[in-house]
Amino acid sequence: MGDFGLKPVLLWSDALIFMLFIALTLFFYRLRNDPQTRERWGEVFSSRLGMITCTVIMVYVGMALLDSLHFRKALPSPDGVDTTEVFYDNKVTSVLDVMLDGMGDRFERTYSAPFALKSFEKSNMTDAQGNVVRDFEYLEHAGRHLASPDHKWSDLLWRTAIALAWGLAGASLLVGVQWFLLRGSAYPWYASWAVQTAVICFMVWLVYISHYYHVLGTDQGGTDVAFQSLKGIRTGVLLGTLSTLVMLPIAVTLGVMAGYFKGWVDDVVQYLYTTLSSIPGILLIAASVLLFQVYIDLNPDYFSVGLEKADARFIALCFILGLTSWSSLCRLIRAETLKISQLGYVQAAHAFGVSHSRILGRHILPNVVHIILITFVLDFSSLVLAEAVLSYIGVGIDPSMGSWGNMINGAREELSREPAVWWTLTGAFFFMFILVLAANLFSDLVRDAFDPRSSTGRSGA
Amino acid sequence: MFAYIIRRLLYAIPILIGVNLLTFTLFFVVNSPDDMARSQLGEKYVTPAAIANWKQKNGYDKPLFLNDGSSGLGALTDTIFFAKSLKLFAFDFGRSESGRDITTDVSTRMWPSLAVALPSFAVGICVNICVALMVVMFRATALDRWAVFVFVSLMSISYLFYIIGGQYLVAKQWMLVPISGFDPDFQPWKFLILPVLVSVVSGIGSGARWYRTLFLEEAGQDYVRTARAKGASEISILFRHILPNALIPILTGIVVLIPSLFMGSLLIESFFGIPGLGSYMLDAIRSQDFAIVRSMVFIGSILYILGLILTDISYTWADPRVRLS
Repeated sequence: MGDFGLKPVLLWSDALIFMLFIALTLFFYRLRNDPQTRERWGEVFSSRLGMITCTVIMVYVGMALLDSLHFRKALPSPDGVDTTEVFYDNKVTSVLDVMLDGMGDRFERTYSAPFALKSFEKSNMTDAQGNVVRDFEYLEHAGRHLASPDHKWSDLLWRTAIALAWGLAGASLLVGVQWFLLRGSAYPWYASWAVQTAVICFMVWLVYISHYYHVLGTDQGGTDVAFQSLKGIRTGVLLGTLSTLVMLPIAVTLGVMAGYFKGWVDDVVQYLYTTLSSIPGILLIAASVLLFQVYIDLNPDYFSVGLEKADARFIALCFILGLTSWSSLCRLIRAETLKISQLGYVQAAHAFGVSHSRILGRHILPNVVHIILITFVLDFSSLVLAEAVLSYIGVGIDPSMGSWGNMINGAREELSREPAVWWTLTGAFFFMFILVLAANLFSDLVRDAFDPRSSTGRSGA
Repeated sequence: MFAYIIRRLLYAIPILIGVNLLTFTLFFVVNSPDDMARSQLGEKYVTPAAIANWKQKNGYDKPLFLNDGSSGLGALTDTIFFAKSLKLFAFDFGRSESGRDITTDVSTRMWPSLAVALPSFAVGICVNICVALMVVMFRATALDRWAVFVFVSLMSISYLFYIIGGQYLVAKQWMLVPISGFDPDFQPWKFLILPVLVSVVSGIGSGARWYRTLFLEEAGQDYVRTARAKGASEISILFRHILPNALIPILTGIVVLIPSLFMGSLLIESFFGIPGLGSYMLDAIRSQDFAIVRSMVFIGSILYILGLILTDISYTWADPRVRLS
């Protein structure tokens, strides 16, 4: 009884990200019927690059969503004690943790290099004669199945072949279904399928090999670096989307109102964003984060498990980033609204006596949606990059929560060791770079499709 | 023109008051003057009398925003906010929480900051323009597409990787320059090469991509077509027609950044141990030194507003059709 019980845990950030996901799905579902929008999205997806980058972003978002389904496992009831009460593990697990098959639970003592069999640092051991010697200790979770260390590379090759076979089988199943459904489609789906195949093969390989080796080594605390990098995905994706979500209502409301009503409303809004943007951004963010940190320290009772505290700080960071970065979007929307409200159809609506709220909702807002969309995609990548910088300054993500910024943070000391510990930095770099690159390339395509005037020249001169 | 500048400067005053109000509020939501006194006096020997004494000595013994005790205008002026902000407008930054004179600190730390920021800025622009010109020369070819891809890739790498990677490769592996530090008297250029190199390389992606867009915009203009029709070579079109005309948007785009060069770069300076204003700010954030943070925010805001005014002036200079009114 209760041995396999689960207790779902809904963190605030989980709730927000699922709400956001549903809202976005509805938004695009509604846009489906608008021929102009369809045409523009068609333009984005008719290029191979659009397909590839969108698939990569979807993979990251999917990982983040899987990592946002949290629960606490029930602890097995102690032997001989017959209670009906079920106790739950204090540790919060996510679906992604389960899918990675215990990758995060295989701890070592300290650093170890990728695919290493021995620890990175010497430690005291007793040999067969009972003497204490200092040597590199064998790792607990790497290469234990090997008969002799010399077999490592052949073993690795063999297991890679097995993993790839499984990965290809799984991928062909998935791609086959899609191929069947999308046979007649004019879009270059094959690009997306190639990415899907690569991702599935990589993940199967990673999970399988991680049973026998640490693919990206371990960090100072002995945690698997590949696991940490994967956990950083949720932080990066959530920060990028939630911050923009906080920013959008402020920027859109103020921008549209300033551009439409003009007069003193315009003056006030302009004053607000000039003031805000003249403060060096990083100082403002740092001050706000420190403020919230003090609040958490003063009220520790509000948060029952450690993760909730880290989560509260994370959400606060999203809000702070959102509240401090709305000025540029607001300025763009104000300018666009100023221009639109001079146009004939808005003047005509005025003449017919249409109310302000109706003009704003029916005539102005739909015409600034493309600016919002472009900003959403553009800001995403810069926010992911900003997280690393903020964590370095010490006002970023809570260290208990996996994030690329925190991984990079320790890398400076690690690189100055002899020999250098390069794998933590590499892990963070690899996962972060791919996400940001995909987002940047995708945002270029979206901008070209939705805003023909600001061409990035991709289509040539 | 002169009247315009005066009016812009007057507009700056309410903005600066707003900036002050915001930083002030943010800080005192976290820290009460009592907390400040306690942290400055040290944890051990803090009596209420000592706190009161510290507050009086440092001018924190007044209400924050509104003094109910005073009458009339005194309700607003006899407060910590007014007393501390008014001095800023006279460029009297007072002393930091650790008792150092901020004005002296700022004026000595400004030079190392400039020594890094100015070459980075100048070299960066030259390199970006050259790279962009080379790419534009091969416009609408596969080389151009790949170049854009490389630019976007360079943009997608976190700034921290450039710094850490640069330090690791150039300073640690190849041992060409010192890893960090700064000595104004003994071969300062040796300490400056790496920070400047890192900031230039990290800026190529976004910079060259932006300049490329500007050049391409000019390349689509009628006068370029006319020049080509008249038989001008591609090289001479590029250098004699496109470049001078594209310099106008480039100039007006970068003028806003020039005053902010004084502030230095937070990350570069702290990683390379350069005793400039950037690392000054970072230290202040970490030690929660409000006096320094407030002064730096104030200076930063002034420089930003100055940059905006300079931008407007540069528009009239670059394009005689623009009239400021």
